[in-house]
Amino acid sequence: MKYSYYPGCTLKTKAKDLDLYARKCAEALGAELEEVDEWQCCGGVYTTAQDEIATKLSSVRALTCARDRGQALVTVCSACHNVIKRVNNDMAESEYVRTRVNNYMQPENPYKGETKVIHYLEFLRDEVGFDNIKKAVVNPVKRRIAAYYGCLLLRPGSVMAMDNPENPKILENFITAIGGTPVVSPYRNECCGAYLTLTDSAAPEKRSGLIVDSCEKKGAEMIITACPLCLYNLKKNGGDKLPIVYFTEILAEALGIK
Amino acid sequence: MQKIGVFICWCGSNIAATVDVKKVAEAALREPGVVFSADYQYMCSESGQRLMKDTIKEKGLTGVVVCSCSPRMHEATFRKAAESCGLNPYMVEIANIREHCSWIHKDIEEATEKAVILMRAAVAKVNLNQSLTAGKSDVVKRALVIGGGIAGIQTALDIAEAGYEVDIVEKKPTIGGKMAELDKTFPTLDCSACILTPKMVDAAAHEKIKIYAYSEVEKVSGFVGNFTATIRKKARYVNENLCTGCGLCTEKCPSRKAPNEFNEGLNTRSAIYIPFAQAVPKLAVIDPAACIHFKTGKCGLCEKTCDAKAIDYNQKDELIERRYGAIVVATGFNVIKLDNFEEYGYAANPDVITSLELERLMNAAGPTGGTLLRPSDKTHPKKIVFVQCVGSRGQRPCDKPYCSKICCMYTAKHSMLIREKYPDTEVYVFYIDVRTPGKNFEEFYRRAVEQYGVHYIKGQVGKVAENEGKLRVYGSDLLLNEQVVIDADLVVLAAAIEPDESAKKIATMLTTSIDTNNFLTEAHPKLRPVESATAGIFLSGVCQGPKDIPETVAQASAAAVKVVGLLAKDQITCNPCVARSDELLCNGCSACEKVCPYGAISYMDKEVNDHGKREVRRLAYVNEAVCQGCGACTVACPSGAMDLKGFTNKQIMAEVDAICR
Repeated sequence: MKYSYYPGCTLKTKAKDLDLYARKCAEALGAELEEVDEWQCCGGVYTTAQDEIATKLSSVRALTCARDRGQALVTVCSACHNVIKRVNNDMAESEYVRTRVNNYMQPENPYKGETKVIHYLEFLRDEVGFDNIKKAVVNPVKRRIAAYYGCLLLRPGSVMAMDNPENPKILENFITAIGGTPVVSPYRNECCGAYLTLTDSAAPEKRSGLIVDSCEKKGAEMIITACPLCLYNLKKNGGDKLPIVYFTEILAEALGIK
Repeated sequence: MQKIGVFICWCGSNIAATVDVKKVAEAALREPGVVFSADYQYMCSESGQRLMKDTIKEKGLTGVVVCSCSPRMHEATFRKAAESCGLNPYMVEIANIREHCSWIHKDIEEATEKAVILMRAAVAKVNLNQSLTAGKSDVVKRALVIGGGIAGIQTALDIAEAGYEVDIVEKKPTIGGKMAELDKTFPTLDCSACILTPKMVDAAAHEKIKIYAYSEVEKVSGFVGNFTATIRKKARYVNENLCTGCGLCTEKCPSRKAPNEFNEGLNTRSAIYIPFAQAVPKLAVIDPAACIHFKTGKCGLCEKTCDAKAIDYNQKDELIERRYGAIVVATGFNVIKLDNFEEYGYAANPDVITSLELERLMNAAGPTGGTLLRPSDKTHPKKIVFVQCVGSRGQRPCDKPYCSKICCMYTAKHSMLIREKYPDTEVYVFYIDVRTPGKNFEEFYRRAVEQYGVHYIKGQVGKVAENEGKLRVYGSDLLLNEQVVIDADLVVLAAAIEPDESAKKIATMLTTSIDTNNFLTEAHPKLRPVESATAGIFLSGVCQGPKDIPETVAQASAAAVKVVGLLAKDQITCNPCVARSDELLCNGCSACEKVCPYGAISYMDKEVNDHGKREVRRLAYVNEAVCQGCGACTVACPSGAMDLKGFTNKQIMAEVDAICR
């Protein structure tokens, strides 16, 4: 099965491991990820201004490319996923945005939100199936692992529609599938401090510190996440306490391809 | 040819400001059959009615059209007036030129034109009206109350006191409902059981009241004054004539792991159990899902223990059929399930509890004997956070849009009782608004704030996180505009209330309506709050909408009065607008019988004379006492044999013609 793949800028620079192992694992699991043609930065943050369309154009280009190929669009980075999925929702639901974006971009075939956007975790759960991943595991990880979701992966719940934002299970089920023991921290869906790290480093220090401390106290030996910015903040403010890695990395380890 | 009088009401300025009533009166005179027309300021007033009566007598009118408000308001008024001077009441028709016309239009010309058309349609109908005579049907002098909480008990007591028989059907093994679970009641802080249990005993002892506990209404047929209900009396596996309620069996029972419903699952009970000490009826009941005998065929300890020989493992459900003149729905409420409110961590943390659970934790008959201990480690909580509006007043799919009404007051009650009993405990309450309309309610809440030093924080809670045995509550203080973090020992959620899950099924069974939140709908939101839209069905308590105890009791008594008013009549007048089958057109196909929601149509073989040809045919027969005049059969009938008196096909076509003319 072939999928369109949107890596995003960070995966080409700071988060190369997230990208590398996502591709390797997909291959090992029998899926082909085809990078979107000439993709651009998603913008990093979804703008909530209703009359703003310029920041949505890059996402629409990626979405249109996947539509024209007749493929679902797979994303990995939480921030990219959030932006692209929400823009896709706007294109499907808001006539205002749809008309203005199509008028501006003049595509051959106007885009109406047809593409199915799935996060790599959803690809694992819904396309491959955690049962099949379990069968493909050669090195069960056998560790106590805390899943850290962050805020962007699940919210807003009605649009992202991946899991219950207040009590998600998808990463825990993933950990179980690769032979680990999930450790549940109540802060697994709280914000790490995000971009405040640039302007007010005290905020992420406090937030990320709380998250790592909580995971440690609950007996975790490792934290996994899907978001490059979360990983950065957690590592910077608690990386000395626990190893913090991308979920694709630990998957590659379990599948014996790392 | 009819002699019709047309009366156009101004309704003060309600109609006259938008409709040119003089023009309508002039137009009426040009309609066939109309011999008189007039406009008047208030037709429903004494003098307006007199104008109508005098004209009927003077002009010898055979039909009347009143152009006024909705027939739901005053059709009965004008029909009674006509009847009082000898005109058949069914010769009076209403043209609704208020709700259907003047209230919804702004342009006078347009509204006047529409009023003329509506008047024309009504005149066309009256031209074809025929005198109808209403039949009578007997009233069964017994009422059925579904639900044995405080609402059902109060309704039953009031009906019984008026001298009529009442049956209470309660699905649980005892009556008492939610009020029996409460510790104290606001705003007077009297003990709930102390004021409820005497009423339970009164109900049980009353010679006019029969209690079917552990029973459910399975089927209802019939109509106002004459319902037939099938009641399923569920097997208790205990002979209720022999059981003395001594409770020895419950002590000996080795299966003790079933969640105790009366204590909201905070502790366990035996498989054979008596719900609580003051249960009515005080009889043991076996829960077959927990009973070792039912699961393995062994044990039988209760049978051996029982001196009264009351245990009967072979008992079967019993079906009882009883007739009733009136039915009262008092099915009450439940606290919503908190599965979808994971931000509060209710499922994950035993020390996050609902307010109803707190009632049990503070009650002397509860799992802790009335000492407030938190469920996880049985220690005294020193810091307690109450969260209001959990699931109430929300917009998410899992939220209820309405205010549950009782939570502000019981939270003030809880916080005060805790501060009184354990002064070293700090109590915080997160609220959106504190709503205290009710006698002595505001004063009660102020006492919690000023006298008892309860910390009220305006704002909502975003997260409750377990942290080394404490519950870290993250909230916002909207007045200080800052985030609040409290390390609490116990978090109490004021969860929304919703109608009991049986309400929907019962409403369907009784062909009465429910709203989008499954509350039963009253016949009129202001003027008929205890009647349902279905005749003979009444509403009592929270099944109609959120209420506290004083309001519930008031509504329960109001429902009882309505029931007594019905049962006091020996006969009630039936609606004469019922279906009728034309024998010569009926082909006996059964289409009408299949669509009739009331079971009013049956078939019989009858000899007919069809233009000199005599033969026996299978024909539809309408039981006029059962028919409710819904008209479903007239639409279903393929040969056009079915017709509805007062709304015949011809009359309706004449109205349509008049409108399209």
